[in-house]
This record gives sequence, C-alpha cells and structure tokens, in this order.
Amino acid sequence: LGLALYAGSLRVASGAAFLYHDYCVIGAGPSGLQAAYFLQQASRDYVVFERSHAPGSFFALYPRHRKLISINKRYTGKSNGEFNLRHDWNSLLSHDRQLLFQRYSRDFFPNADAMVRYLEDFASLLKLRVQYNTAIVHVTLERDGQAWNGHYFLLTDQDRQNYKCSSLLVATGMWVPNVVNFPGSEYVEGYETVSINPEDFAGQTVLILGRGNSAFETAENILGVTNFIHMVSRSRVRLSWATHYVGDLRAINNGLLDTYQLKSLDGLLEGDLEDLAIVKDKKGKLHITLRFYLDNRNTSAGIDSITLPQDELDNFATRAPYDRVIRCLGWKFDFSIYNRSLRMMPGKGNKKKYPQIKPSYESRGTRGLFVLGTASHSVDFRKSAGGFIHGFRYTTRAVHRLLENRHHGVPWPSTVYPITQLTNSIIKRVNEASGLYQMFSVLADIILLRENATAFEYLEEYPVGVLAELEMQTGRKAPNGLFVIIMEYGRNFSGADKDVFYYNRAVGEAQHAWQSNFLHPVIYYYKRLPTEHEMRLRPPDWPLPRPDAVHHIVEDFLTDWTAPNAHILPLRRFLENCLSTDLRNFFAESCFLFAFTRQKLPPFCQQGYVRMQGLVGSEGLRRHAVEAGLLEDYTLADFLGDRPPDSREGSQDQLLRDHAIPVRPLQHLVNAKDE
Amino acid sequence: ELSPQEYFSSLQAGRASLAYFSHNVSPGAQPFLEQIEHSAEALQDYGVSVVKVNCPKEDVSRYCGKENALRKAYLFRGNMLIREFPTDALFDVNSIVANVLFALLFNEVKYVETLADLQNIENTLKGRSNMVFAYVPATGTAEHRAVMEAAFVYGTVHQFVLTTEAMLLKDTGNGESDASSARLLFCHCQRATDLAQPCRRTAMGQTLTMLNIHRHLKLMGAPLVTEVAEDPEKVSTVHLQLGLPLVFILSQKETYEADRRTAEFVAWQLLGKAGVALLSRDLVDLNILLRSNVALKTPDEGVPIKYLVLEDTDEVIKLVEDKNKVKRIQEDEEENEEDEDEKENNSQDIQDDQVVEAVSRDKKRELPLEQILVLTEETFHSALSETARTVVLFYASWEAVSLAMLRSYTKVADHLKGMQGVLLSRVNCWDWPSVCTAENVTQFPTIKIYKKGERAVMYDGMWGTEELTSFIMLSRVSCPLKLATVDEAERYLRGEFPSELSSYHHTSLLGVFSTATNEARKAFEEAGNILTGHVTTGMYFEDDALALSRKYAVSPPALLLSRSGGQSVEGIALSKQSAQEMVQMIRYELLDVFPEITVQNLPRYLQLRKPFLILFGDGDISQMESKEMLKLAKGGPQQEFVACWLNLKKTPVGRGVLKAYFATVPSLPVLVWVNLHAGGQVFKFPSEQSITETNVLSWLGKLKAGLEIPSSTLSEEDWKPPLPAYDFLQMMETAVPELALHTSHHRRDTSERRPSESPGGDTGVREEPSQETKAEKVGSPGRDLRGTAPRLAAREKQGKRHSEL
Repeated sequence: LGLALYAGSLRVASGAAFLYHDYCVIGAGPSGLQAAYFLQQASRDYVVFERSHAPGSFFALYPRHRKLISINKRYTGKSNGEFNLRHDWNSLLSHDRQLLFQRYSRDFFPNADAMVRYLEDFASLLKLRVQYNTAIVHVTLERDGQAWNGHYFLLTDQDRQNYKCSSLLVATGMWVPNVVNFPGSEYVEGYETVSINPEDFAGQTVLILGRGNSAFETAENILGVTNFIHMVSRSRVRLSWATHYVGDLRAINNGLLDTYQLKSLDGLLEGDLEDLAIVKDKKGKLHITLRFYLDNRNTSAGIDSITLPQDELDNFATRAPYDRVIRCLGWKFDFSIYNRSLRMMPGKGNKKKYPQIKPSYESRGTRGLFVLGTASHSVDFRKSAGGFIHGFRYTTRAVHRLLENRHHGVPWPSTVYPITQLTNSIIKRVNEASGLYQMFSVLADIILLRENATAFEYLEEYPVGVLAELEMQTGRKAPNGLFVIIMEYGRNFSGADKDVFYYNRAVGEAQHAWQSNFLHPVIYYYKRLPTEHEMRLRPPDWPLPRPDAVHHIVEDFLTDWTAPNAHILPLRRFLENCLSTDLRNFFAESCFLFAFTRQKLPPFCQQGYVRMQGLVGSEGLRRHAVEAGLLEDYTLADFLGDRPPDSREGSQDQLLRDHAIPVRPLQHLVNAKDE
Repeated sequence: ELSPQEYFSSLQAGRASLAYFSHNVSPGAQPFLEQIEHSAEALQDYGVSVVKVNCPKEDVSRYCGKENALRKAYLFRGNMLIREFPTDALFDVNSIVANVLFALLFNEVKYVETLADLQNIENTLKGRSNMVFAYVPATGTAEHRAVMEAAFVYGTVHQFVLTTEAMLLKDTGNGESDASSARLLFCHCQRATDLAQPCRRTAMGQTLTMLNIHRHLKLMGAPLVTEVAEDPEKVSTVHLQLGLPLVFILSQKETYEADRRTAEFVAWQLLGKAGVALLSRDLVDLNILLRSNVALKTPDEGVPIKYLVLEDTDEVIKLVEDKNKVKRIQEDEEENEEDEDEKENNSQDIQDDQVVEAVSRDKKRELPLEQILVLTEETFHSALSETARTVVLFYASWEAVSLAMLRSYTKVADHLKGMQGVLLSRVNCWDWPSVCTAENVTQFPTIKIYKKGERAVMYDGMWGTEELTSFIMLSRVSCPLKLATVDEAERYLRGEFPSELSSYHHTSLLGVFSTATNEARKAFEEAGNILTGHVTTGMYFEDDALALSRKYAVSPPALLLSRSGGQSVEGIALSKQSAQEMVQMIRYELLDVFPEITVQNLPRYLQLRKPFLILFGDGDISQMESKEMLKLAKGGPQQEFVACWLNLKKTPVGRGVLKAYFATVPSLPVLVWVNLHAGGQVFKFPSEQSITETNVLSWLGKLKAGLEIPSSTLSEEDWKPPLPAYDFLQMMETAVPELALHTSHHRRDTSERRPSESPGGDTGVREEPSQETKAEKVGSPGRDLRGTAPRLAAREKQGKRHSEL
C-alpha cells in the first residue's frame, strides 16, 4: 500500500513531465499483447506503447510471402481445450474462447493477414490499454531508492513525451534486419524489400544469401521461374524435423532441397559471407569473387582487372554470373534505444542477436527490465519454442507470475492436493498441459511436498532455469523435497546431422523409458531444492542438475500417457519409492481389513475410507479384483476351510501374513515341568 | 599325467594318491576319465592327488601289464597300495570322493552291519566320547560323500559309524523314516553312564549335506544350557549365528535349581532346533513384566525379544516349532519368489493395484450409461438451470477410482429411475478440463449436487451405490425443513412427512425452538445445511413449540431424534453451541449404542478413537448375547470402548480379520477386544466362559491390569512401496558415465569411466548389429507393435552381465 500511495503521489507531483505507470510494455506484438492481457486480468496499472497504428506491425510486412509456418491445427479429435493448445501455434492465451486462432483462418499454414486481424481483435475485444503511434526512442534510468527496483525507467517517445515506469517489459521483437558488409554488398537486395512477384524473376539466375526459413521461403516463391537458384551460407542446412526446433528449416519451405538433390540445377553452398565479394560486369551481371583478391587491387579499376576465382580454379562452383543476389539473413534486436546505464548487452556467439537475459527473462544489466517474446529466445535458442508465439505465450505468463509475487505479494498460483492425488495430478498434466509440451525443457511443473508427504502443492509452468530461486521467486516454500515435471526429447536424438528415422527409434517398454527419443515426460526428484551452484554444475544438455531419482514415462506414439500398466504403474512405483509409501488404491473392504489388522493404514485408506469416503466398488469390480488375486473373497472361506492359500490367489493374504503375529493362546494344560 | 617311473618315484610317504593306468585312452574309459579329472580338485582338499599314468606300449609291469588293471583305479598311501577300485564303482565325483575317503578313513569310520556291532561300539564309547551314526541307502552317493567329508573333519572328535542296512535304522528307533533317504543321528554317549540304556540320540532333521552335518555337529557340540548374566539383546550364541532362535528361561535366585532343570529339559527337547539360555533376573536389570518367565530371541535382526508368560514346557517347545515352521514357509516362499524373479525378471510391471486392475479387466464391458446425461463445456450451465436438482459426477476417463465410481453411479441411476426433479449427469474432466477447474474439482471422482439457485453440495460420503442413492434421496428435502404446525412436526417425527421420503426408511432430527432461542436456531440451520443428505433435519419454532417440548420432556432449544419411524424419540438438550459443534454432536448422537459393524459404517466408529469390543458371529447373534452386550455397552462409565458385533455372513471380510488375529477362524461366536489406536493388542475372551456382562467386565478388568496375554499384536509397520521402481538414474550412469561425474554428492574415480563415445556421435551405437533385439523380437512377436527396444537396451544388458561377472 505504501508503494501504491507513493506511486500515486508521484504521479501527481511530476504529472507535467512524466506520465507514470507501474508497468510499461514496449511493443504491441503478440508478446506485448499477451503481457497486457495478464496485467489487465490482475488489474495492474500498465500501458503498451506501439509505434504503429495497429498491433502486430511486424506481421503486416512479414513474412513477405505471407505464409505463416506456424501450424493452425483445427482438429485433434479431442475437445480438451488445454490439450488442443498443444497443436495451436498461433493463439494467445486468454479466457475468451472466441479468441482462438482457428476462428481466424482455416488454413493449416495461415496467411499473415489473419494474424494481423487476430492481434487487432485480441487488443480490442479484451480492451487492452495500447497507446498506438508511440515509438519509444529512448529509455534511461532514474535512480530512486523508493522505486521497486531502486530505479524508475524513463521512456521518451518520438514527440519527446516522457513516461515513467517502475517495471519495463520489452516486447519489441527482433525487427532490425541482419546485413553483412563486403565489397559489392550494395548490389544485394534485402528480404524486406525484394519483389514477391515471381514474374520479376523469370529466366534469371539468383543467388540467395542465408539458409533460414526466409531464404527458403524466398526461393520457394521463385523456384519455378528462375534458371537456377544458388544458396550460400556459412552453416549446413538445419532441418527442423531433425533438430526438433521449429525455427530451423521447415519441410513446408524446403522445395529447393528437392531440386538440388534431384539434380535440377539449384544448389546449396557453404562458405563464409565475410570472405565474399561481388563485382558487377558491364552487362549488369553479378560475379562472385573473394575479398582476398580485391584487397590487393584498386576496386575502381573495373571488372576486367579483378581476379575471379575461376581464373585460377576453372571449375569454381559459383563461376556462373548471377542476375540477382538476395539477402535473407534474419533479424536482430534493436539495442539502439537503451541508454548505456541499462547495460543491454548482446549475447555471445550465435545468440548475439539477442539481448542478454537471465532464465527468469530479466535483463542481466538492469533489475526490473524483462524481455518478452521472440527477443527473449536466448534462453532456449535452437532448443525449445520460446522465440515463437506458441512458446512465449507461456513464458510471458511465467514472467507475469514472477512479477505478481515480487511486487504485489501474490504468490505463484498453486493447488494443494492430498497425497493420494499425486499420480493423478501428474498424469493429468503430462497428458494435457500445453505449456510443458510447447516449452519443453524450459518450463516445468513443480510439486512441493508437505511435511510427512501427506499432501503436496502443485505449481504450474515455472521457468526451470531459476529452480534454485524457487522460494524467493514464487513465495512458496520447499522444505520437504520436490518433484519437477518436465518434457524432454531423448538426449542425442535431435541434431542437424542426426538420422531421426533410424530403425527402432521408438522405445516401447516401460523399463527402457529413459532411452525414449520422442518428447516424453520426465520427473526429477530432489530431497531438497538444488542450489545455484548445483544448477551451474549440471551435466551439459541437462535442464536440471543430477536429481536424487529420476523417472521417464516411456514415449508414446499418441502422446497419450494414460495406459495403466505402461505409464501409470511405473510412475506410481517411482513416486512410492521416492516418498517411501504405498500409493495404491484400495476398495473399502480392504481398508476395513487393514483398519482391524494393522496399526497404520495406507494413504488411500487413511485419506479416503477413514474419512468416510471409501470406495465401495461394484460387485463386478470386486469380482475382477478377486480373479486378479488382488482381493481375497472371504465368502468362499466356508468351503475352503483353512487350507493355506496358494501363492497366486492368496496375495491379499500375503499382504497380511506377518502383520499380526499369532501367539499360541494359552490353554490350561497340566504342568509338565516336573519332568 | 605321468609315466609309471615318474609316478612311483614321486610318491611320498603318508601322501595319498589315486592313480589310473592306461596305455592309450580306450573309448570306454573316457567318461570315467572325465569324472576322475573333475574329482581331482575335491580330493586335493583332503590331500589326495589324482594321477593319470601313461603306460608305454611295451610296459608289462604290475600295473600297466595286466589287461585287467586298466579297468581299475588304485589308491596308494605313500607307495603302499590301499585299495583297488573297479572303475564302475567310481561313476561320478560323489562316488569317487566318498569311496576314496571311506578307504582312507577306515579307522575313523566304522562300518556296521548288525545291531550287535552297533551296540558294542556304543557301549565302548559310553562316558568317553560321542557317536555319529549315519545310515545311507548305498555307498558312493552324495549323502555318503557328505558323511565321509564330515568324518574327515570330525573323525577325531566323534566316532563315526556308517551303515547301509535299513534294518539297523529301524532297530534304533527310527523305523518310521523310509529307508530310501539317508539319516544321521548324534548319539550323546559321552554323558551316558548307564550301560544298560542306549545313548540319548538327536536326529538331524535336514537332508544330509556337508553343510547341514557340519551345522548339526556344531549345535550338538554347543553347551546344552548357556548361563547368561547380561542384557539378552546383546547375547549371541552358536544357535543365533546359525539362524536358530534362542529361548531364555528367566530365573530367580529362589527358583534357580528348578529353573535349571527346566532349562535342561527344554534344551534336550529343542536340541538342534533352538538354543536354551538361563537368564538370572537378579543379575540383569530387566524392564519387563515380573510374570514373564520365558523370552524368545529370533536370529532376524531388528526383531525385538519377546517376553512371554508360559505355563508349560510344551508351550515353549511348541512356540519354537511353530516359529520354525513359519520360517520354513517363508524360506520356501522366498525361493519361489526368486524363481519367479528369474522367470519373470520384473514383477514390477505387474499391476498390484486392485482398483486399477479391476477396472481394466472390466473395460471391455459397455456400461449402461443411458440414464446419465453427458455434460460438456457448452451444455453444463444450461443443464443445471433446467432441472431442480442436478447430480454431477466429475471423473476422468483414464482414472481408475473415478471409473469404479462411474459403475456404481449407473446403479444409482437405476435406483432413481423415474424420480422427478433429479437429473443424473457426468462430466469427463479429460474432455472438459475448464468446467472441472471452474467447479473447483481437484480430486477424481467428485460428485456435486446443484440445486437451482443454491450453492452446490459436495458429496462427502462413501463411494458406493446405496450411500449415494440415500444421499440424493435425503438431499431432495431442504435441510432443515421448516415445519408449520404441530401436526406436521409429529408426522415428520413418524417419517410420514415430507411425503417424498415417506417410503424411505430414515432417521429424522427435529429442532424445537422457542422464539427466544434465535441463536441456537441459526446454528441449527447451519448445521442442518452441513448435514444435508446424511440425515433429515426439521425445525419447529412456532408459538406452540412448548406443547411439543412438553410431550417429549425437553425444554427448548432442544433436538428430538427419531429412529425407525418414530418408535423411539430421544430428546437432546441444546446449549450454546456453534454450528460446527452441533454437527459434531448430531453425528455422535446418530451412532448406535451396540451397532453391527459393516465395511460401510466402520469409519464412523473409528473416529471415536476408542478400543473395540467386537462380537464376531456367523449370522445374527443370539438374543441373549445381544442383550448382555447391550447392557455392557450402555452400562458403566460410558464409552470407554466401542461395543459392537460383526456378522460374518454380511461382512465376510471379518473372516480375514479373525484369520489375522488367530491364524485360523476360531469357533464362533467369539468376543474380541482390539485396541486399534494404542498398542494394537488383540485379546480373545475365553471361549469356555459365557458372554455375560459380569464375565466380560471382569475379563476387561484383568486386561487392564495386564493380567492377560494378547493373542496377537497388530503390526506397526509402515506402508512401504510394494516393489522397487526402475532405477533410471543408475541405468543412465552406467550408459553415460559423464553423468556420474556431474554429481555433487559423490564424485567417482575417473578411472572407472568407460572410454567415452565419440563426441556428438551415436553412430557407433546405431551401426552395431542388433542380435539381442532380434532375439527379443523372436521371443515376443507381439511386442513389435508397442515399439521396439533399441539397441542401447541390449548394450545395457550386456554391461550388466559384465559387472556381475
């Protein structure tokens, strides 16, 4: 309240200079709107700044050929809305069933215009507070000990209007095109402006720089009319069905792979673009040469004096001149608007296009600055779906939950269940949860055990990278151990050079579940919360440090993990052994027997039968249990007499055998001690 | 293999050797040679070397020359020939070892053929040393070998006597045992003084193996009675080390001599089955009942010593013998389990959850669900607004317990067919999770009853057909029901009003309030609300409430409790109680004084947390007994215990309870005291006494004074996991040694690492031919459809085998 009051007074005092909001969101793209939705639901003071006049301006231009490669699966054969989100890559999260993307397009790969319409509706139907036509051009900090994070964020727009915020959510996406500079790069056309009319390419020879989806999308569009297309890039082609990463080359765009491998003149080349040079001849044809040759020469000397590779190596691959060179090298984050004091640093290596953030999506340089959406993909680049709508809609929710706990004292939402529901709650989530499925190995469900393991608390979709900080980040306590439920592909299964169709790739037996290759649930058990040190020392490619025990639910062809024997039974055994208890279900009759013959009861009887919620069961079911040898039929005892039960039918009896230790009842016999 | 010269020159004085001479191996001698080679190792343990002598062709000396000699083996001590064996007497290792030792131990092991011989030997031994008498059906058998091997070790301590005459066995008083199996008797001749009497004998119970004989002789050699003057928990004797129980006879200074005699008597009886120790209570500070006179210590670790009060030495013996019997059964079972383990490898993947298994066995049967409306996210709210009362079962189509409930629910639908104003419906939370979340369903199954315009009532009773039916029936009437006239109130108490319930047998509760008792009325209203479905509640607070209260002799505020259609009406005064307290009180009042315990109603009585006094009967109990028990239940300082009865016809699982208490079902009726909540001791009312209030009370008095011995004690054991889980962590560490290195708990030595596979490449894994996998597939053709175990599995199996080696 103090904070709120303070913030209120501040708003009045400095109203003239600054417009104050608790939360400022930059960008009304999918992640900005998603963040706005959660802030609105929580009745927070927020505003979204959008430089365009409408949301989703990136989608108004891109992809250039208008076909989204995020699938819009309208039928799954299931009515479970949460499950269906596993196969809906376009919708944002909301309570409104109208705002499902399948209502906006019938195409499996929808047109980008549908996305623009969808985002417009999302913002307007949910009445999200978006301030359009506001381009934030500068962000700086104002130190203030009273502020949530020790500083305020000061934002300036194109009209020099200033805004002040306690927390800044950067959802600007990645929109600055990557360019390379080499001699002759002025002849290169960019993806952002290149013609999308195939007619313009008729009878031309084209060189495409880059090997991502935009490059292949561009090639796909003109494949039928060009003489041939060559594609050059530093790295080998990464096929998404081999890497299991949706950002790699998708099958929908890979027509050029066909024509290359089926000897139809098109081709792929590997080489460093930095070494390249392009020279234009008098006819306007573009020749590829190497920077190395140009360095020695005066470029103004004209084409004739420049050495071309084929002069020395007469079978040089790209010796044919090109009519056009197109650059399709992707985009990077716009670092330019942040004052140095915010220390927005680019990442390292292949993540340099992204700003550096922690696994909690908070900037490494500035507390209180969170990066959302596709710009936050450095957390799981080339691994999971955090750079795409179907991934960051969940990570945005996670960030919102972290903020609710940090600034408003609202702990991470959780449900407390009795321990008898432990297996059920895991089975329910691994079968339907979309966040775990889409953000595999990044978001995890956490089960915090209560004392004596009689109950547990269930937290959904927590960023697993900050597991060590769980208590601080969620406001929940984990003193008695925890389970982490996560989904994983098999280690060593995914990769650019992997054969993912090899014979016997699927594991069918539950006892080999740890070797499962396809996405499957994995449950880690820790007796205590891992420390940050342990998180750092975790094995390479492991999302988590070494647990005290681990369980894999065997991969399933239908991703339906409800089979009683192959899925649920091994899971139950794992949970039982972690908790050192018996989690079986019992009919009321068995509980009755246990109540009279043992001092302690299994949890199912203790929490059900004893509280007058025993499972009586129908006669037919009890008969099945008797036939299975799991329940003894005492009505037959009359006829069988006291014959010792044989091992098959008497397992119930085995259960009881040494629970009561019979001592010979003492009869008054003649004393025979006088021997 | 030596030449004759080499052999004869290598013979050392006193060293025994078994030699076989041959020119070249004749085909017939081949199996014999193999056996003799195998026995070489065994014979070496007894200092006998085995030699094959290769005779040169031209050699015609004593051993090589005779054609006949080649059919024989020769036993030498030094260079002296002790015996010739025809090769057909040496058919296997057992026969070779047995015969060789038999020849060498000629003096130590006497062979007898007649009873007279035996008695002669026995008589000469009396007062000097003990005798081991063994009968084997034939020489050269495994048993014969075991006896000879034992004689090799113990021959200087005891006199060994061997026979193959079955008659002899009969004459020594072991006639009942059949002559086809070997026997061994230990004859305690050292202690024997009377020449006329035969020595005392202790037969060995187990089969004749070297180990068993060794064990038996060791036990015979142990002192008969060990005197102990320390904490029995710390005592360890040969018996305990050999896995046998130890019986303590607790002694005092005053009775020492008698106790010592008792101990010796018991010890003789238990010789070979258990050890006996004499413990002086005066020397050890024992925190046990003064009445205890015997203690039993079992060899199993962690099992505490049992202190007992026994009246008879027979009981001690019986106790030990029973214990051994149980143990033997357990051992048999363990063996069986091992067998099963080998056959099945994993019983882990066999379902041991009775509910899950029952439901999956029933899954192919189509359920009669026509009576039950399926609700979806779209229809849920509209359906609720259409009917006065909607019962909704929230379940998950994969969850066994809720599917079990769905089966009972179809029966409820049958019972309630045609009833107006009640709609039975169901929501599958696997299809419609958002409905279930919105309705706050956190457990499967959940049943809620929605009334138009009112808060939903959550069903919190037993998951059974009858209980749910009754709940739905009773919750049709608003609770509490406001009664308008005295007449209505009277009819309500008789169960005739409201008419919906008139045909339905139920208990009614009527709150009587004057206008001044507003507070109590409010609490009662709330309590009635909470109890909806469990009991009908009504209330009357008109001006003439006094008339009602006068009739039933209560003063408002008060409750009138009417059981079985108004035949008996109890009045209960109300004081200032909160609604919760009132619910508690009403629940308590609803309990019967002397109930018949059933599976369904036990939990209500368990909540009292009192000991149970249960009369088990096969069918109804007699009026006499029921009268006495009722007196018992009502009389005295009330409710120290729950007096109840159990009808085994109606509740057959009661037999299971009795079997657990007494191993077998005792003659019925039987009265049992069980202290479920403290100690778990079970006492059985003496069957020869008749069940009368006085008898039972005096028995209970003795129980409390600790004068009775419990028939059994309920196990305090925790509910542990029934079976282990797959240890994937360990499997992963075996396959990926790097993982183990990343543990912060225990770092393994780097030298343990297997050469790591080429980085990033599992090509090596993929290329190798999958013989294992193929084999697996041939064995189980059906498995292919489920997916195939990849090669890595086979690798892992190999690895396991290596580590075992």
